Amino acid sequence: MLYATPVGAVIVTMIVGALVFSLITPPPQGFSLPPANPPPVDLSTILTSIGSHLWFGLQAVYQVFIAPLVTSYKWGDIAVKASPLILIGVGLAVGNRAAIWNIGAEGQYVVGALAGTGIGLLTQKMTGVWILPSMLVAGLIGGAVWGAIPAALKNWFNVNETLSSLMLTYVAIHLMNHLVTGPWKDPTGFSFPQTPLVTADQTLPILVPGTYVHLGIVITLVIAVIVWFLMSRSLFGFQVRVVGAAPSAARHGGFSQKATVWMVFLLSGALAGLAGIFEVTGPFGQMSLGFPQNYGFTAIIVAFLGRLNPLGVILAGIVLAITYVGGDMAQSVLQLPNASKGIFQAMLLFFLLASDILIRYRVRVVSSAPAPMPNAAVARSPAE
Amino acid sequence: MTDIAPRLGLRGITKRFPGVLANDNVSFEVKPGEIHALLGENGAGKSTLVKMIYGIMQPDAGEMLWNGERVTIASPKAARKLGIGMVFQHFSLFEALTVLENIALGMDANIPQRELEGRIRAVMTQYGLKLEPHRTVSTLSVGERQRIEIVRALLLNPKLLIMDEPTSVLTPQEVEQLFVVLRQLAKEGCSILYISHKLHEIKALCDTATILRAGRLVDTCDPKVETSRSMAEKMIGGNLKTIQKPAGREFGAEKFVVTQLSLPGAGPFGVALHDISFRVRAGEIFGIAGVAGNGQNALQLALSGEQTTSDAQAIRVDGEGVAKLDAKARRLKGIATVPEERNGHAAVPDFTLSDNSVLTGRDRLKLAISGILRPGAAKKYTSEVISSFAVKATGTEATAGSLSGGNLQKYIMGREILQRPDVLIVNQPTWGVDAGAAAAIHQALVDLAAEGSALVVISQDLDELLELCDTLAVINGGRLSRAMQVSGVDINEVGLLMGGIHGGSAPVESAAPGAIGVGATSAA
Repeated sequence: MLYATPVGAVIVTMIVGALVFSLITPPPQGFSLPPANPPPVDLSTILTSIGSHLWFGLQAVYQVFIAPLVTSYKWGDIAVKASPLILIGVGLAVGNRAAIWNIGAEGQYVVGALAGTGIGLLTQKMTGVWILPSMLVAGLIGGAVWGAIPAALKNWFNVNETLSSLMLTYVAIHLMNHLVTGPWKDPTGFSFPQTPLVTADQTLPILVPGTYVHLGIVITLVIAVIVWFLMSRSLFGFQVRVVGAAPSAARHGGFSQKATVWMVFLLSGALAGLAGIFEVTGPFGQMSLGFPQNYGFTAIIVAFLGRLNPLGVILAGIVLAITYVGGDMAQSVLQLPNASKGIFQAMLLFFLLASDILIRYRVRVVSSAPAPMPNAAVARSPAE
Repeated sequence: MTDIAPRLGLRGITKRFPGVLANDNVSFEVKPGEIHALLGENGAGKSTLVKMIYGIMQPDAGEMLWNGERVTIASPKAARKLGIGMVFQHFSLFEALTVLENIALGMDANIPQRELEGRIRAVMTQYGLKLEPHRTVSTLSVGERQRIEIVRALLLNPKLLIMDEPTSVLTPQEVEQLFVVLRQLAKEGCSILYISHKLHEIKALCDTATILRAGRLVDTCDPKVETSRSMAEKMIGGNLKTIQKPAGREFGAEKFVVTQLSLPGAGPFGVALHDISFRVRAGEIFGIAGVAGNGQNALQLALSGEQTTSDAQAIRVDGEGVAKLDAKARRLKGIATVPEERNGHAAVPDFTLSDNSVLTGRDRLKLAISGILRPGAAKKYTSEVISSFAVKATGTEATAGSLSGGNLQKYIMGREILQRPDVLIVNQPTWGVDAGAAAAIHQALVDLAAEGSALVVISQDLDELLELCDTLAVINGGRLSRAMQVSGVDINEVGLLMGGIHGGSAPVESAAPGAIGVGATSAA
């Protein structure tokens, strides 16, 4: 059941997605089959109309979920999009296991990218193999520092980490906006709000010529496997799981809740920051106002879809990357709005969480107005 | 009497679960106004049987009669409609809600809160049950939580009240009070189906006893005629072992010393600890008696290291101050603990037994070396615990939550005892555990002490403490009385110390022994 729900959620998303996009009226250009005037209302026209609408809905699902897979030259794009989702998702999966909710990975991603870019700006005129690694380390540290803020607030002042980490995201984005439009703006960039392009020594090596498939993707996969090992076989993973599953038992076992909060935020922040600097030294080549791509938020879906298991997160990251690539393809092929991929991603999380709840609990129709709750054990089905 | 239809009749009730025959052709009757005991070890099928009577499950075969008429009890609501009430062993309470809100949620009819509160207060005064309706459940002790369940059941004016292990957390005086309530109910015509492991209580209270073993009815007998031993042997189908405790044992040096341990109460209703002092010598079993909610949990947390204090010398092991250390560091100093709550505190319900062994045994047993877990070693240790303590589980990979309460307790006790700690602190070691398993746990504790460990047993079951301990003190309102030799103890004095504040009806003089006790502890 645990692993059936993500698959089920993807299938239900495709079905409901098809229905939702069938309802778009009129279907964008090229799909308005019924003749414009005069409209003779007869059965065949209506059927044709319904048929064309359904056909359009299916097309939308096909473009978003299937087309990227059957178009081999898109595979590189999928890998490039999946990399940050997986890297951030792995970190979030660890946090969610401990029931510590880092919603601010987007901010840690941006600050990691900023920190790495800062090193990049200082080393613009230099050469050497040390430059790229030092940028990556700066990215790790930047993300970890930004993640440490909600951890400190939670441990010292009992501030809810969900809110503080989310709010810090917007602080991070404004910080970035300030830097790329002001002090860090490329002087030779015709006043565009962007930093100078990274130099050759600041760029991640491309592994597959002709694509954007970069070294960061391999590092991401290695990290996912390492975190999987840590979570399943190390005392650190054990601690994270105990703190999430039973906080009192964790205290009884001598595991510190506060230390866990620190570790989880530093780890997930560092991984998000690394993802950020990978984007700067890889596909983007610079920072600009359009740098935040919502990877930090989409990675929340990735973590849950991957069942909070780092290996599952790899698969889930690929699925979500497909919706990114497919969403772009649907924009050009079907003139779907850019928001459509967001609709699919949101439905995916919704159906996943809903099916998890429905597996654990049974819905009962209760007749009388007051809620009779004889005892919780009755309402809870033993399906688990 | 034969012309009166029994209140409840069971005929050939059978219930099958995958791989287990939980109830096999069980037939008996409960007469109106009768207090009927249902006896059996853990897993004998008592719970399954009462769940079917209360409509939570349906029997596979057999029939139920209510006042002589065949009935099908489709749901707990239907059961309550017939007049069947139940007090569960595991409470179904929402911790974040108040007592009143919890009771309101359990009512089938929609009663205005104010009226309900009036009725609750009426029931509480009528039966002498003390509860504050506006307190949040999360701040209540186990004993107080149980009172909510009892009040909840009594509000429905039941014709048959099922009570699952109701006295396991009460003082002798409180048990007596409850028995007065139950006898009063029975006199009013309400039948009571009483599940308990405490055989002397059954002898004192019940008119009839039905004994189950492995799902089958073994005997229906008159508990007043039987002895506790004969009933226990029918339950376990063999001879009951008595604790082998060598008389006149010598104790070694002072091993575990607590000196003027004080802690503020946690939360608005938490019990503060005041100047707790006691010492336990090697080989000694030190008992702490007391009514639920008098600071036992706070004391257990302070001793285990889940709550630390600023004065390192407040708790010493072999002369070394450990009160500043956390639970992990104290385990390395040889202190093992078993908290009262099994699920979610002593064990993680969703984890396997193997993983639960790692929870408290990782350092002493080297189940993790330089941060890497050793699942093989954890499995090996866990199967050792399972076999030495006769834990009924599907194996080391069974989740803790899948075990019955008694079996989980055996596992937890085994997990700590087999680590051979220098100091073992247990809170409610045999709560809800059947006679056979309790005897095994007691024997293991005695054996551990015989090897030179210092033991602290916190329990609300005074009989257990008197049987098990060498020395006894009473905790009341976060203060610990002077220590008494169990061999020369005056039960009345212990009872009064326990009731000190909570007794309510206890005379004013009862506070005096408590005051003396506090004075005496500072000299200890």
